[in-house]
Amino acid sequence: MLNVSRETILNCLLALTLLVVPFIALSLDEPFYVTLATRVAIYALAGVGLNLALGLGGLISFGHAAFFGIGGYAVGILASHALNYEPHFSSPFELEGTTQMLILWLVAMIVSGLAALIIGLFSLRTSGVYFIMITLAFAQMIYYFAISWPAYGGEDGLSIYVRNGFPGVNTLIPINFFLITFGVLMSALFLVATLRNSRFGAALQAARQNEDRLSAVGIKPFNIRLATFVISAMITGLAGALFADLNRFVSPNMLSWHTSGEIMVFVILGGVGRLFGPVAGAALFILFEFIFGGLTEHWMFFLGLVLLAVVLFARGGLIGSLAGKVRYD
Amino acid sequence: MTAALLIEQLLNGVQFGLMLFLMAAGLTLVFGVMGLINLAHGSLYMVGAFACAAVANFTGSFWIGLGASLAAAAAAGAIIEIVVIRRLYNRDHLDQVLATFALILIFSEGTRWVFGSFPLFLDVPELLSGPVSLPFGVQYSIYRLAIIVIGCLVALGLYLLITKTRLGIRIRAGESDRAMIAALGIDIRTLYTIVFALGAGLAGLAGALVGAIQSVQVGMGEPVLILAFVVIVIGGIGSIKGSLFGSLLVGLVDTMGRFLLPSFFKLFMDPSQATSVGSALASMLIYILMALVLVVKPKGLFSANA
Amino acid sequence: MGKMNFVKAGLMGLSLCVAGTAMAEPVKVGMITTLSGGGSGLGVDVRDGFMLAVKQAGNKDLSVVIEDDARKPSLAVQIADKMIQSEKVDILTGIIWSNLAMAVVPSAVAQGKIYISPNAGPSKLAGKGCHPNYFNASFQNDNLPEAMGAYASENGFKNSFIIAPNYPAGKDVLNGYKRFYKGKLSAEVYTKLGQKDYAAEIAQIRASGADSVFIFLPGGMGIAFMKQYAQSGVDIPVLGPAFSFDQGILQAVGASALGVKNTSHWNKDLDFAANKKFVASFQAEYGRLPSLYAVQGFDTASLILSAMAKADVKDTEAFRAELKKIDIASPRGPLKFGNNQHLIQTIYVREVIKEGDIYTNKTNGVAIKDHQDAYAVDCKM
Repeated sequence: MLNVSRETILNCLLALTLLVVPFIALSLDEPFYVTLATRVAIYALAGVGLNLALGLGGLISFGHAAFFGIGGYAVGILASHALNYEPHFSSPFELEGTTQMLILWLVAMIVSGLAALIIGLFSLRTSGVYFIMITLAFAQMIYYFAISWPAYGGEDGLSIYVRNGFPGVNTLIPINFFLITFGVLMSALFLVATLRNSRFGAALQAARQNEDRLSAVGIKPFNIRLATFVISAMITGLAGALFADLNRFVSPNMLSWHTSGEIMVFVILGGVGRLFGPVAGAALFILFEFIFGGLTEHWMFFLGLVLLAVVLFARGGLIGSLAGKVRYD
Repeated sequence: MTAALLIEQLLNGVQFGLMLFLMAAGLTLVFGVMGLINLAHGSLYMVGAFACAAVANFTGSFWIGLGASLAAAAAAGAIIEIVVIRRLYNRDHLDQVLATFALILIFSEGTRWVFGSFPLFLDVPELLSGPVSLPFGVQYSIYRLAIIVIGCLVALGLYLLITKTRLGIRIRAGESDRAMIAALGIDIRTLYTIVFALGAGLAGLAGALVGAIQSVQVGMGEPVLILAFVVIVIGGIGSIKGSLFGSLLVGLVDTMGRFLLPSFFKLFMDPSQATSVGSALASMLIYILMALVLVVKPKGLFSANA
Repeated sequence: MGKMNFVKAGLMGLSLCVAGTAMAEPVKVGMITTLSGGGSGLGVDVRDGFMLAVKQAGNKDLSVVIEDDARKPSLAVQIADKMIQSEKVDILTGIIWSNLAMAVVPSAVAQGKIYISPNAGPSKLAGKGCHPNYFNASFQNDNLPEAMGAYASENGFKNSFIIAPNYPAGKDVLNGYKRFYKGKLSAEVYTKLGQKDYAAEIAQIRASGADSVFIFLPGGMGIAFMKQYAQSGVDIPVLGPAFSFDQGILQAVGASALGVKNTSHWNKDLDFAANKKFVASFQAEYGRLPSLYAVQGFDTASLILSAMAKADVKDTEAFRAELKKIDIASPRGPLKFGNNQHLIQTIYVREVIKEGDIYTNKTNGVAIKDHQDAYAVDCKM
């Protein structure tokens, strides 16, 4: 009981800090930190997606970069069509591009969800190390496709010259865009918290711990897992869409296996299966990159050491070491 | 298309496959015996190549460099096994993936720190340079032929090691029942270190051999690592036989795909479009192959546990 | 070696930062370049060339901040945001790769910053996408292959086998070659980006009956190709743009590259006083021969220094007008900007040779004199 409340307090503190830091930065005339906080929120969102599959579902996907990138490309492609006034296709009916974030998000989520449905149908037939590898293989497939397909920039990537719009808000002002991403992140966390405590969440955990019992009550573990995988991909895809708007640019880099590794790192640094784990992890990652990246060009070496230490000696991640006992194991 | 071209491409596929086998054998052995998924295997490949280039440049002899690559990669393997990997055997795959991902970062940046960002020079030894004439008018690089021979020798050596030696018996025992070999009084920690170092040494050897015809630079191990994973997944994780078969399959499919797909698309598309689409598909081909294999056999073609 | 240079340059940058703030009308330059990961050799050379010019000028009003983009577009964008919003730089420069340039440049120039490219020259920024705040002090991506196409035609090559990675720059380069090459194509092959084994392609070359092989395989891909090509016994002459045969990379390719003809807008033996001085001082400073990337970095810094001597950087229009004059002594000889603010420059044919223990290039002659890129006509400036 005590542990749970300690984690809750910690979560609130984390959310509050993330919300307040950009405003302090703004008052100090350091708008760059607003951008940095936006990145934290977006990375955290990508992590929240993976954490659902990984922490709750026990599905170790090494291919979430695929969904991150697909979300990003959905935005990039639609926006570039809208900015160039070229419809996607004109027969049988005309489909124009758009620069409205709400529509773009919806499309990004649907497309990454569909991709996850297909990938999931194949890969969820396997388990363990096969699952890790096949998700990686699918991500690589999409990565190479993106590099060699010339229509949308290939390796060069695709620029979005103007950040897409949100009803009633000027998204070009950094703090406004931060507030939008922060809002999306909180909604996603709320969704995951609700899912976790629902019948669905219970079934998912049962599927992880004892498949036979679940089958005995007439629920197919495969379906539960597939649904989880798809929702997880949709959240990560939404993060990709926001990332595209943050950078006003998408590239195959978003699809590379390093990105999959990094999203996993956010989850693990914060604490696997913890609701706010990805938020803490993404914040740590960005802080680390910002501080050590300025000191030495070999900062990745030290990131490796820290990551290794966390995996070997601090298994609960940041939230675990601050809030104690692992909740889901 | 002439017969000579086709034969040369087949040889290329086999050579590429055997090179992958050197990588995949270590990976699959480590997974089969210790149940460990090791992403840092590509770093050991890189260590081998760098050791070979550094020693060969210093001594002037490729062969000493080749010996050094085996020794350096095996030593690096033994060290990381003792310091890090050993703590991961009882962890879940997630921890293994992350810890070995961390090792990649450490190895890559560490190597860059020591050797700088420019590629190192490593050339094919005098003895093996140039082409050789084979039957049917085929001209083929001696060095690539030598790689084929070395690959075959390693495959044969591994077969003998596993079926005919005490170490092999222990390894097989470890694959089928880990608790049992401990009960037999075998020093399991030493066995694990030896197996890991053996796999590392093979990866280092592959790195050095390939380094001489490709380039010795930081990050060279990662693309090969992913291919090696594709190989062992297709072959069935833990099975040496599967990894040999998977390697050859991947090597041949990749080489032939790159060679034949663009011409295939030219049959019904305009040429520049066809080369573009053909090469795009060729670069995805082995991943498609892997997905297809797993649809039919979710545990690979030669699953060790089957 | 690399580390020492980095520390040196870092200290230099730092001291300049401190000194720069004290004076009137200071200019702050933000350099985003690739210092770690694949291809960092190019970024290191641009940085070292740039800092050499800064050091020689000893202008205390110029300060430079340098950051590593690790060749990641998203990181480059982030650094650009930081430099513009937080460091408040006046000029941005440094990017090596076209895809990173496309991610950073359009929004940087739209925010009123001047960007001077020390390497990347994507066609989009040379044609319709040209911008008064964007200057290219290196080359447009198509320039060198165009020159090689012209050279091949003039030297009687009639059947070329051309090969490049399957990505936009690869296609641009092959199109550049085809634009000036008049013979027929034996085959046009696109390989996977980052591919290291070219056995399948070399087999096709052997069977093709071509009289020349034009390659564009930057970085490690070129090293791998040349070594394997030399081993294969195929002896069709290889042609290419300078990227796979430049100073930084040649030592790793070794003897396999000897005799290869390549086109470049600079070589260390060009007979200009400024070039001799540059080569000698670069060698004295860093203990290695400069590459064409170092020259581009050097010229970029020289451009900034020449303009700031005559105009206030805050008066963007006046500053741009000074930049456009190119009042510098470039190791490349006389340079001129076209309407799209890309260089009109002479492109030479070089041949890879061995001097003592070092592999390097000698200039064979001029490929195209005062060459301008093909996209300038699309630029409404």
